[in-house]
Amino acid sequence: MTLAETQPQALEFECETGNYHTFCPISCVAWLYQKIEDSFFLVIGTKTCGYFLQNAMGVMIFAEPRYAMAELEEGDISAQLNDYEELKRLCTQIKRDRNPSVIVWIGTCTTEIIKTDLEGLAPRLEAEIGIPIVVARANGLDYAFTQGEDTVLAAMAHRCPDKAPVAETEKEERNAISRLMNFGRKKEDVAADESEYVKHPPLVLFGSLPDPVVTQLTMELKRQGIKVSGWLPAKRFTELPVLEEGYYVSGINPFLSRTATTLMRRRKCKLIGAPFPIGPDGTRAWIEKICSVFGIEPQGLDDREAQIWAGLEDYVKLIRGKSVFFMGDNLLEISLARFLVRCGMTVPEIGIPYMDKRYQAAELALLEKTCAEMGVPLPRIMEKPDNYNQLQRIYQLKPDLVITGMAHANPLEARGINTKWSVEFTFAQIHGFTNARDVLELVTRPLRRNNSLKDLGWDKLVREEAKL
Amino acid sequence: MKLAYWMYAGPAHIGTLRIASSFKNVHAIMHAPLGDDYFNVMRSMLERERNFTPVTTSVVDRNVLARGSQEKVVDNITRKDAEEHPDLIVLTPTCTSSILQEDLQNFVERAQLESKGDVMLADVNHYRYNELQAADRTLHQIAQFYIEKALKRGELPTQKTEKPSVNIIGTSTMGFHNQHDCTELKRLMADLGIEVNVVMPESSTVYDIQKMPRAWFNLVPYRELGLPLAQYLQEQFGTPFVDITPMGVVETARCIRKIQQILNEQGAAVDYEAFINEQTLHVSQAAWFSRSIDCQNLTGKKAVVFGDNTHAAAMTKILAREMGIHVVLAGTYCKYDADWFREQVSEYCDEVLISEDNGEIGDAIARLEPSAIFGTQMERHVGKRLDIPCGVIAAPIHIQNFPIGYKPFMGYEGTNQITDLIYNSFTLGMEDHLLEIFGGHDTKEGITKGISADSDLAWSRDGLAELNKIPGFVRGKVKRNTEKFARERQIEQITAEVLYAAKESVGA
Repeated sequence: MTLAETQPQALEFECETGNYHTFCPISCVAWLYQKIEDSFFLVIGTKTCGYFLQNAMGVMIFAEPRYAMAELEEGDISAQLNDYEELKRLCTQIKRDRNPSVIVWIGTCTTEIIKTDLEGLAPRLEAEIGIPIVVARANGLDYAFTQGEDTVLAAMAHRCPDKAPVAETEKEERNAISRLMNFGRKKEDVAADESEYVKHPPLVLFGSLPDPVVTQLTMELKRQGIKVSGWLPAKRFTELPVLEEGYYVSGINPFLSRTATTLMRRRKCKLIGAPFPIGPDGTRAWIEKICSVFGIEPQGLDDREAQIWAGLEDYVKLIRGKSVFFMGDNLLEISLARFLVRCGMTVPEIGIPYMDKRYQAAELALLEKTCAEMGVPLPRIMEKPDNYNQLQRIYQLKPDLVITGMAHANPLEARGINTKWSVEFTFAQIHGFTNARDVLELVTRPLRRNNSLKDLGWDKLVREEAKL
Repeated sequence: MKLAYWMYAGPAHIGTLRIASSFKNVHAIMHAPLGDDYFNVMRSMLERERNFTPVTTSVVDRNVLARGSQEKVVDNITRKDAEEHPDLIVLTPTCTSSILQEDLQNFVERAQLESKGDVMLADVNHYRYNELQAADRTLHQIAQFYIEKALKRGELPTQKTEKPSVNIIGTSTMGFHNQHDCTELKRLMADLGIEVNVVMPESSTVYDIQKMPRAWFNLVPYRELGLPLAQYLQEQFGTPFVDITPMGVVETARCIRKIQQILNEQGAAVDYEAFINEQTLHVSQAAWFSRSIDCQNLTGKKAVVFGDNTHAAAMTKILAREMGIHVVLAGTYCKYDADWFREQVSEYCDEVLISEDNGEIGDAIARLEPSAIFGTQMERHVGKRLDIPCGVIAAPIHIQNFPIGYKPFMGYEGTNQITDLIYNSFTLGMEDHLLEIFGGHDTKEGITKGISADSDLAWSRDGLAELNKIPGFVRGKVKRNTEKFARERQIEQITAEVLYAAKESVGA
């Protein structure tokens, strides 16, 4: 064996035409308004945006959501109406009806094209009506789907307090968050809590997750003696974490590169670049990386990971040796593919809307390492894919599973190809050791369903073969 | 600017896409930013479509913003022409391209030079028209294009068919129960001895358009789609049209009588009176239902109707005229065609409401407290909140309004379906009311105690807090499983960690 052969091949990156299906990034309001409980999201756009939100969010619309459209009319486009006055009228109404702690303006394609100066208008209006206004330009001209959250969190990062407020009587308290969390508890309890942690610089995690997952990941780090000083975003806008210069930050989702950049450049935080805590392998690598930065020897991770894998075996054996094709639409693709390779799957192609090789560096390295260890070929990573070309490749490769958007799922199923609707991965709980099973529950569902149908002999339900 | 939480009719391009994708072998290319192709998702999900929706996007991104689309749109059109060989490609503008004001017509002309199929720019302004108006305009535009083309080439067969025949205009993809209505109308025509010449646009090709002048008349069952095309055909070829929606017993009869008159004017000598009589009295159950004692119970009950023009008007007439129900309010969101609606319903209801604001309709329902609502999915949710039953009669609709079973709203079978819908809405309301008076079917307390009922297990504060974050409908199950897990391991206090350890252990 020569030295050259032992060198692992490098990942291949390609870029296609960008003709692919994904959700508009304004969809982030769907989960962010639920996450940030005292917020109100105002999407400044047209009927097209409204129609998308209304249909994409289905039943949520009817639950009196804390979001609305500021629907632009012809007068707004031709500047016959004054943007400032119009927004003031709407925001005053929102303040009166809902009294939120923050109004988030979501800029859209239309406000970009007509160059509405939202960033300029917001501070003036904020001063006038007395509610913070955060501006995020989550538009389809620049971003795809989950990147919407990235633009909102990047904007929110500027609003995090930069000094821990020090109360006169409680000088020993580190920051507002811990004071809030320990509210009403005895001093001794608090002291006891503190002793469970190793001494390390403050760590703030960023990325919006459902509260149960926040608790799980926080507990996971606590086992290693690492204290999470705060999350961006917190449950309430008024509880945004303190970010002082020199704090450490770590991202929990692969689509948060702008937020990471903002935290590093504007808030002078130190980014811990780690693989993302998706799958037991990812979670372990994420914890190990944080531990290594703080000089902590991780405890019991081997056992913990092995135990989780043992619990997954019934699902893993369904997919071992099978192939999965990611068409790409939500930027979780690299992490999911890495986890599925570790489960024994092969991945011919990972489509992805946008690939930040720096922010995802550790994740990409883990993907390469995983492929080498599992002895499977490295996937082709296709940035800005072309759905039409991808379909031709799918017909050719005949993968066992295609992870794709809903526009393609039914047509592919009708042609006898198993599909999993990709958007579910953004709404399901997939992070940490605890939720590894949920990821596989999603991945194996089409295979389990189609297993029970396979003897019926009706795989292909379209009249003619698909045109090639 | 308008503060809006919800809308009844979608944006203009949706209308255009509905028409384009109704045809066979027509492809639409949207000039739009990433993410605006949500139409494909809706069509694939709502209609459970087996084929790929023939809609792609020529993506407008930062580069387009800076330099214009340049070759991009033309390339995308010619590429699609080569890949799929569609008969027609419809370039579809969106709100974004409306303000960019690129010369899309020029792109179309350039692409036409290289394309085998036809290329056309949909003539719809996002800021002037909604989904319904745009669909109407696009259908007219496409039909006119192919008729003029055939005329120019002298290929247009203008001779009428031998036997009486009809074009059914207006059934389209994503239309409310359109597929079933279409089948029912075809059956009705067969019963009347009328050949169906062309159904437009659903499942037709653009080459069917030039056959349209051969029909003796056009039937336009929906107010919202097809009228301009029927009027155009009348101007061009003198083809008369019937625009009476055959929905409900009385209106179906009126529609058939109009058809009879039109055919007889062209020398057909048909008499449909016996057919109408037989269908009304013995095939449709609706007339008999109106006389039955069930329907007596509905007399004078209050109802609110809201929807598009076609369905809201037809339902109002059925409720008031055929069932003796008191329609306290009839409304439509088709503001652009409000006069027609007022004229149709004003004698059948107390109050007419023309509005696109779902808040206004919700308030009106709360104020009027009807026994039943007939509206869109939005009204169904208002009904849920106010505990008033609702039958869904018009778009916007969810996936459950695309039933697999045969459920037309038109024709004689349609009258049966509508009767069921109305009757079921009211009885449910009545039953609910009776249950309330007599305190329910069952006692509400469970008879057998759950495994956790006598629990000696203590939940810590953080454990309980985590439990409460779990959605209500699975919380009970999670609680039982966690307690089982804790009991098996002799854990006395359930903390958040125990809760999640239970989740991680297999089978919990």
